[in-house]
Amino acid sequence: MSDISFLLLTFFLLTSSIDTDNGILRKLPPPLEKDQTPPEINKRNIFTVMVNKYDQLLVNGRPSDVRTLKADAMEFLANPSNRVDYPEKKPVNIPELGTVSVSKGVISLKNDRGTSYEMYIQVQDQLTAAINELRDQLSKEKFGQAFSKLTDPKKAEAISTAIPVAISEAEPENIGGK
Amino acid sequence: MARFTKEGGHKVPGINTGSMSDIVFMFLFFFMVITTMRESTLLVSIKSPQATQIQKLEKKSLVSYIYVGAPIRAQYGTESRIQLNDHFASIADIQEFVNQEREARDEVDRKMLTTSLKVDETVRMGLVNDIKQELRECGAFKINYSTRKKVSKASL
Repeated sequence: MSDISFLLLTFFLLTSSIDTDNGILRKLPPPLEKDQTPPEINKRNIFTVMVNKYDQLLVNGRPSDVRTLKADAMEFLANPSNRVDYPEKKPVNIPELGTVSVSKGVISLKNDRGTSYEMYIQVQDQLTAAINELRDQLSKEKFGQAFSKLTDPKKAEAISTAIPVAISEAEPENIGGK
Repeated sequence: MARFTKEGGHKVPGINTGSMSDIVFMFLFFFMVITTMRESTLLVSIKSPQATQIQKLEKKSLVSYIYVGAPIRAQYGTESRIQLNDHFASIADIQEFVNQEREARDEVDRKMLTTSLKVDETVRMGLVNDIKQELRECGAFKINYSTRKKVSKASL
């Protein structure tokens, strides 16, 4: 009898899992001061992503699709061919990495009040994927392993400094209703 | 009559403790099965959106939850509502909720407090934006958009 009990006990122990919460972590900016002027950012350094209430995308002024968003964002942030309409790079000396050119590019995300949450998460997910993939590339080049597999916190921090999560959300405006 | 009196006195047999462990195990299973880890009962239906780039929330004790979705019971309407703890709330209640959550934690942990937004995928962003504005106002900057792991597709 006690054997059976122990069997049941181990069965339940193995099958039951405390449901862990997964998600996309973000940090909100502190609230704006009363008369704070937004910092001047060169137009070439901004990658605007707008989503309307029909869940349609407008990327840098052109209609786009969520499936191409990741590739577009990666090309914008990395700017491999040094295009003049894509962001400037600034050489920064980072410990562990040496001097790397850090992109000044910022992704500006703006959504309508009517945008669905599902679409918003998809856009955030694709943008995060772009940043993660760039980090993986740099990490493989410098340390020979993917960013998520780095065990040394110093190395991980160096990569994060070289490719920051440059996603800025526009101050919400109450347009579009509901 | 001598026939009905037992010789040597009457002894009460001791309780058989052989099945004690079974009873204890039975209790154990009973409690294991009926306990759920969720602290608050959901009043709103939530189907989290799917995403690929997800991270695990590390410390469960440092997470407070805000649920948003359409009410499960039809009598509360179909409009998306916010649930804090065990009851419906409005946008204006969020700051008080965050302050309560902060006070329930140690002073050291207060900065690490993460707010997890469990939002149904059909909810409109207007409501989510309002919540985020409130969280910014009261300094709860660390947030987590709760999602499910996407079933991988070749196209992605």
